[in-house]
Amino acid sequence: MNALPLILTVFVACAVEAIEALTIVLAAGITREWRSTFQGMAVALVVLAAITAAVGPAVSYLPLTPLRLVVGALLLIFGLQWLRKAVLRATGYKALHDEASAYLREVTAAETAAKESRRGVGDWYAFTLAFKGVLLEGLEVVFIVITFGDNQKNIGAAVIGAAAAIVVITIAGIAVRAPLTKVPENWMKFAVGIMLTSFGTFWGAEGAGVTWPGNDAALLVLVPVVGLVAVAWIGLLHSRKAALSAPAKESEAVSS
Amino acid sequence: MNRIKAFGAFWYDFVIGDDWHVAALVAAGLALTAILAHLAGVNAWWLLPLVAFAALGWSLHRVTAPRK
Repeated sequence: MNALPLILTVFVACAVEAIEALTIVLAAGITREWRSTFQGMAVALVVLAAITAAVGPAVSYLPLTPLRLVVGALLLIFGLQWLRKAVLRATGYKALHDEASAYLREVTAAETAAKESRRGVGDWYAFTLAFKGVLLEGLEVVFIVITFGDNQKNIGAAVIGAAAAIVVITIAGIAVRAPLTKVPENWMKFAVGIMLTSFGTFWGAEGAGVTWPGNDAALLVLVPVVGLVAVAWIGLLHSRKAALSAPAKESEAVSS
Repeated sequence: MNRIKAFGAFWYDFVIGDDWHVAALVAAGLALTAILAHLAGVNAWWLLPLVAFAALGWSLHRVTAPRK
């Protein structure tokens, strides 16, 4: 498989995680204290590096078929959950994930929390907020890099995609010093959901013992088909919503 | 005990997510694909995409169908 689709898939998936981590770090740094926030980030990065160093090489020693089965199953479940949420958000059944309101929530919580020094850290709240945000989103980045890279036997390309995403989002965050509200996050999640579902289906089925027609080229059909099905669901749910609201509007008109 | 519960809840939320039916259908689809491939000798590459589309459709329908 060409490395470009792998790099792009990992880039978009990791960019979404980086945006969420950036929102938390900004909330902690701006409202509390940058020094403790950076300490929290640094410790989280060290923990992430240790996890990657421990898990990464171990994963590459696992036999490919069971690895593809497990990773395919996980990616397919993640992908379907992402797609489900993105479709519900696109059709108004679920509120859009809004980085501005997520940021406001974190800021409000950070402003009301008491300041407390612990273990050489000036502001324990800022430290733990930044630590948890970077560690949790970072774990997802590590999972994406290891699974995609190892399955395609191209960890280097996956690392390039992830590193590029983190650098781009970090530079954008430093430039605007605010949560990246202009990024169409729901559509990015929609695209990532399509990719995770497609790759998960492909690797999961291979791990279960099937051979795809055309081998890797089957992905070139699978990705657009998954996308079309998801778009069809958006259209269907829009028309369902319109049909449900039409009788209500009619009865309003009759009563007035 | 609370920490163990929180740890379990984190991993459940991380892996399974909002709708456990999706994860159950994916697991069933993979198991059926493996049975067909290894025991019946059927190259059932088409089964998992169908299961994935069905799981997505069912999950969306459950959330959006008007309550009776």
